[in-house]
Amino acid sequence: MSLSPVEGVALAEIESGTGEPATKGVVGRSPGQLAWLRLRRDRTAMLSGSLLVFFMLLGLAAPLIEMVYGIGPREQFQNLLDGFGMPLGYAGGVTGEHWFGLEPGLGRDIFIRLIYGLRTSLFIAFAAALITATIGVVLGALAGYLGGWLDAVINWITDLTLAMPFLIIALALTPTLTLRFYGERGQVSSAFGVGVLIAVFAVFGWTSTARLVRGQVIALREREFVEAARASGAGLGHMLFRQLLPNIWAPILVSFSLAVPQFITSEAALSFIGVGLSDETPSFGRMIYRSLDFLQTDPAYVFFPGIMIFALVFAFNLFGDALRDALDPKSSR
Amino acid sequence: MARFLIKRLFSATLTLFAVSVLTFLMFFALPRDPVTGMCPKNCNPERLERVRDDLGLNDPLVSQYAGYMKGIVTGRDLGSAQGGRCDAPCLGWSYVSNEAVSDTIARVLPVTLSIVIPAAILWLLLGVGLGMVSALRRGTWLDRAAIGFSLTGASLQLYFVGAVLLLVFVYNLRLLPVPSYTSLFDNPAKWASGLVLAWVALAFLFSAIYARLSRAQMLETLSEDFVRTARAKGLAKPTVYGRHALRAAITPVVTIAGLDVGGALGGTVITETTFGIQGLGRTAVDAVRSGDLPTIMATVLIAAVFVVLANVLVDLLYAAIDPRVRLR
Repeated sequence: MSLSPVEGVALAEIESGTGEPATKGVVGRSPGQLAWLRLRRDRTAMLSGSLLVFFMLLGLAAPLIEMVYGIGPREQFQNLLDGFGMPLGYAGGVTGEHWFGLEPGLGRDIFIRLIYGLRTSLFIAFAAALITATIGVVLGALAGYLGGWLDAVINWITDLTLAMPFLIIALALTPTLTLRFYGERGQVSSAFGVGVLIAVFAVFGWTSTARLVRGQVIALREREFVEAARASGAGLGHMLFRQLLPNIWAPILVSFSLAVPQFITSEAALSFIGVGLSDETPSFGRMIYRSLDFLQTDPAYVFFPGIMIFALVFAFNLFGDALRDALDPKSSR
Repeated sequence: MARFLIKRLFSATLTLFAVSVLTFLMFFALPRDPVTGMCPKNCNPERLERVRDDLGLNDPLVSQYAGYMKGIVTGRDLGSAQGGRCDAPCLGWSYVSNEAVSDTIARVLPVTLSIVIPAAILWLLLGVGLGMVSALRRGTWLDRAAIGFSLTGASLQLYFVGAVLLLVFVYNLRLLPVPSYTSLFDNPAKWASGLVLAWVALAFLFSAIYARLSRAQMLETLSEDFVRTARAKGLAKPTVYGRHALRAAITPVVTIAGLDVGGALGGTVITETTFGIQGLGRTAVDAVRSGDLPTIMATVLIAAVFVVLANVLVDLLYAAIDPRVRLR
């Protein structure tokens, strides 16, 4: 998404608003620049932002880390487990070689599985957030701007989507879809599992963005600049994407940044109840789900993935909040 | 008011109708044979065919759907293999558990209600209270602690919190029994001690979100003119904050609460799985795993009914709380 037209429009608005051209000592800044400045001054934002960048790099560099670390996500170290399949040593078998210890039973390395799980989770969450934001923005803007029966229909579909119990439907639908594409005994590729998850999120996740955008567009609909554009014969596409959207990108960006951790959580929750990804694909929820059986015997196995998801979601939430503060023109920080 | 209610109930019915059609299509029309899951492992073709016949799966889809809906409204005769006469609201017969689905639901619904209702009371009181206090004491250590609490809670996962709670209170300190459900009317003390961890876990995570929301709303309301006016005309602070500001600030909270409570009543899948309590959510998950179609249908429908009803209730509450809202 390019921000340049946004800044252009916003800049023009500010200049027309103040009337006076920038005099000596007063630097004209677009809302985008102001937000960036505020964000840079906010210590929480910078800290959580760099943590996020770090997490993303970790996820992206997963194969590289595997090379340096020297252990793959599917390698098993049965010789380091005791007779009951529990890892030897302290805290679930933490050693210099296995930083976060080993999984009981299969004896796979937890650290490298977490790194790969991070990659899976981040990819799913970002893809789902992008798709749902797009659907939500288009539907919400159409409903808000055109109103009438279209608004009623879109609202009703939103209500309908909210009324469907997401977890149960996702749980029921995934195996059915898999069967439809792969048949009874087909080997399901992990890419397909990821695709199904993203599709399920896309179907259920767009409602909040649609509601948000609809409300914002309704508030803008009767403003003079919209009327002026309409009077000069602007088409629907121009009205929505050139006139209205540039004015509401701030709340959309905030809702996007808060949607990503939500999808990370949902993906973990779905894997937790056993849908979606197979055990082959490392993922946070899957690890926690497996680990709960060892809650009493190997608590370290529960804690590493649990803390990791917490840190990731926490960083996203902190950054989303800071972004909201920075983008809010009323905030004086 | 009456007109609004009728209109709202009409659209609610329409939504439920659409949910039922969609669910029906999703599970009965997709090519996965629904019967295989309802038949034991060594099922011969004749028996499979008989089950299919009993379920009416050889009939056209429309008449299958009509039969299902008729069962809910007036009850219907399912045939001797499925327990014979099934009174309204008839949700079908489950081959997996060998009982009428309505009986299963009647058994597990109180469990979910016992989890959600006390938890909801807890999280609303805690969340809204915390949000209000931190808004009124903005910038103090209390505010900062509340923000920290709510950010932490909003980032935690239920199964993780549940695991920690289980580990500490059940397995290590042995203060509480392993979570289980006992009827409130049989033994209230056992009922509470068996579910308290689930309440705490749910309330902790949800109250975090509510504290955040109500703090933001309260701050916004406090900067509005009517609050200043009320103070200026000499009303005491508690009256202004408690009666004037709270009412205006709480409306968005009510919307979210309606959706959350409605959704949770339809089955707290994660909570029930974490604590191993057999409520509506666990039943739905088990039904999906064993391919028990009538039970899946029933749980999805019930969940939808709760959400839709909660939405209607929220609209009515709006008018009661905020004098500016008029129902049309």
